[in-house]
Amino acid sequence: MAQAKAKGGAERLAAVALPASGAWLAAARGAALARAQEMGLPTRRDEYWRYTDPTTLTAATAPAAALFAAGDEPAAFAAIDRVTLVFTDGVFDAAASDDPAAAGVELTRLALAGQADIHWARELYGVLEARGQNPVPRPLAALNGALATDGVVIRVTGKAAKPVSLVYRHAATTSDAVLHHIIRLEPGADLTLLESGPGAARFSTVTEVDVADGASFHHIRTQGRDHERRTLTHIFARIGAQARFKSFTLTANGVLTRNEVVMELLGDDSVAHVAGAAMGDGGFHHDDTVFITHAAERCESRQVFKKVLKGGAVGVFQGKILVKQGAQKTDGYQISQSLLLDDDSQFLAKPELEIYADDVKCSHGSTSGAIDETALFYLRSRGVPERLAQALLVQAFLAQAIEEIEDEAIAEDIRGRLEGWLARRMG
Amino acid sequence: MLTINNLHVKLEEEDKVILKGVNLTVETGKVHAIMGPNGSGKSTLSYVLSGREGYQVTAGEAILDGQSLLEMEPEERAAAGLFLAFQYPVEIPGVGNMTFLRTAVNAQRKARGQDEMSSAEFLKVVREKAKALKIDAEMLKRPVNVGFSGGEKKRNEILQMAMLEPKMCILDETDSGLDVDAMKLVADGVNALRSEGRSFLVITHYQRLLDHIAPDVVHIMADGRIVKTGGPELALEVEQNGYADILAEVL
Repeated sequence: MAQAKAKGGAERLAAVALPASGAWLAAARGAALARAQEMGLPTRRDEYWRYTDPTTLTAATAPAAALFAAGDEPAAFAAIDRVTLVFTDGVFDAAASDDPAAAGVELTRLALAGQADIHWARELYGVLEARGQNPVPRPLAALNGALATDGVVIRVTGKAAKPVSLVYRHAATTSDAVLHHIIRLEPGADLTLLESGPGAARFSTVTEVDVADGASFHHIRTQGRDHERRTLTHIFARIGAQARFKSFTLTANGVLTRNEVVMELLGDDSVAHVAGAAMGDGGFHHDDTVFITHAAERCESRQVFKKVLKGGAVGVFQGKILVKQGAQKTDGYQISQSLLLDDDSQFLAKPELEIYADDVKCSHGSTSGAIDETALFYLRSRGVPERLAQALLVQAFLAQAIEEIEDEAIAEDIRGRLEGWLARRMG
Repeated sequence: MLTINNLHVKLEEEDKVILKGVNLTVETGKVHAIMGPNGSGKSTLSYVLSGREGYQVTAGEAILDGQSLLEMEPEERAAAGLFLAFQYPVEIPGVGNMTFLRTAVNAQRKARGQDEMSSAEFLKVVREKAKALKIDAEMLKRPVNVGFSGGEKKRNEILQMAMLEPKMCILDETDSGLDVDAMKLVADGVNALRSEGRSFLVITHYQRLLDHIAPDVVHIMADGRIVKTGGPELALEVEQNGYADILAEVL
């Protein structure tokens, strides 16, 4: 079986040319490629790709994606005081970027870090990804590690002065961008990472985040509104004791999005939340795939995923909580819900719990339904026009996911984007 | 003034006739009560007037101050001045009570060609009206009706009524599920809104609510029709003898 799979992607993988780089990175790329080759590229026959067809993600070239004009919508996080780094079709744009020094963190680019010997980067690149390959293989993450042309390399020792904001622009209709970020939060450090934009016609990112004891990592992302873009993201996180990890993603439009989060809670008393709000109308396939491993005591994990689907859009959720032996007093919560605005849309969910400790609290729920007609009538009977009433109920549905964003100004930015989408789609 | 002429209504999904020729006029500034046994069509009348789906009007009309209600969307009826206090107020998780009230007030003002109320003005008015109904700041902040007790939900209905200032208020079994103290609070809220320009149609199974909200006219509804109309004494008659005697007399 594994043999047959490997054969499927073998030709493509054999033809892969690794980007030139310094010694340690060249070695890491080679190792990543070897992992990808061993696993083979995914097909729909793989359990983890049953609901999402990876064909356009594994193809040698990116399918074309028309460019998109966002109209008068302000750029994401425009009102937030941040340090911006711009990548256009995966290529760093120095002229459009801020001086990274202003973030108050050690920050360089992967393309430069590969030339120098940065030991902590060497100890992270591909390492968390490799850990995350078991028990579920993620060959496309390994392939990213082999192919990534750039990315950011960040080390934080205290509280970052400003959020680091990665802006991904899409400029060429057939661009195929692969970025790989590595982030190390030293004990007690605190960083907010913002990501925004479509990135390319086909865009792959892997982010490896090492959150040491007592550190806090906040991640807020909005994935560009280009209708035809394809996006594949992986976050691999390793979380120490008394640490915090919070990630939120807003997705509006995009023909294909797969967001994977793989995290391990390795120290006691930590908190990890992953949330997402997705809205799609028509050609929209959105997949959240999450795997959280509790390997320490008294940790809390929370997954909140909400999708609004319309006009034949498809939503997928695969979420797993694994509680290892000895991970007592684990508090695991998982909810995935979809709001289907018509009969053409569908939501496919596979929530899983696997528990080997006997003193834990874990719950999961998954629902799929239409707008509550009773609530709609109640609002209309008070004079609220039907469209506005629907928009209010959609916002209410997504509110639980957006509440996961701690920073009120950032949450407000996300809400504004959501309201804009609703006004365009339902107004 | 609300005038209902020969209103016939059946359920949309099945061939079940609920209202069989309702005739009723509520003059401006008056409080009318409709009493009747379960299944007589009282609540259906309130739903049909407010525009809820699932009912088909097969004959008749309902006119509010010259405007024909039955062709209008629910929100248009609200803007025309109709308000239904629900028997079972709906919980809306994720929508704050304040947001809900403000959206409703401003939507109606917009529909009537008035300017929207400013945040400051709205806050001032809502706080004042909430206080009279013993609705605290916490209740205003919470999602609409979520986690509210039965009494809180009914008070919240009256708060909406007070904010929207409708011309025609329909109270559907507002006393159901309330203890005496809660009922008194709700009734006081309603009484404070009584005015020359505002009419009420109070639908109730029991007479007890009418001890607190004194009606000008009482109607008895049975089998989809108004079968008897009288003064407040009619409600007392029901209280003492039940519906059986009246129904035996008229049917």
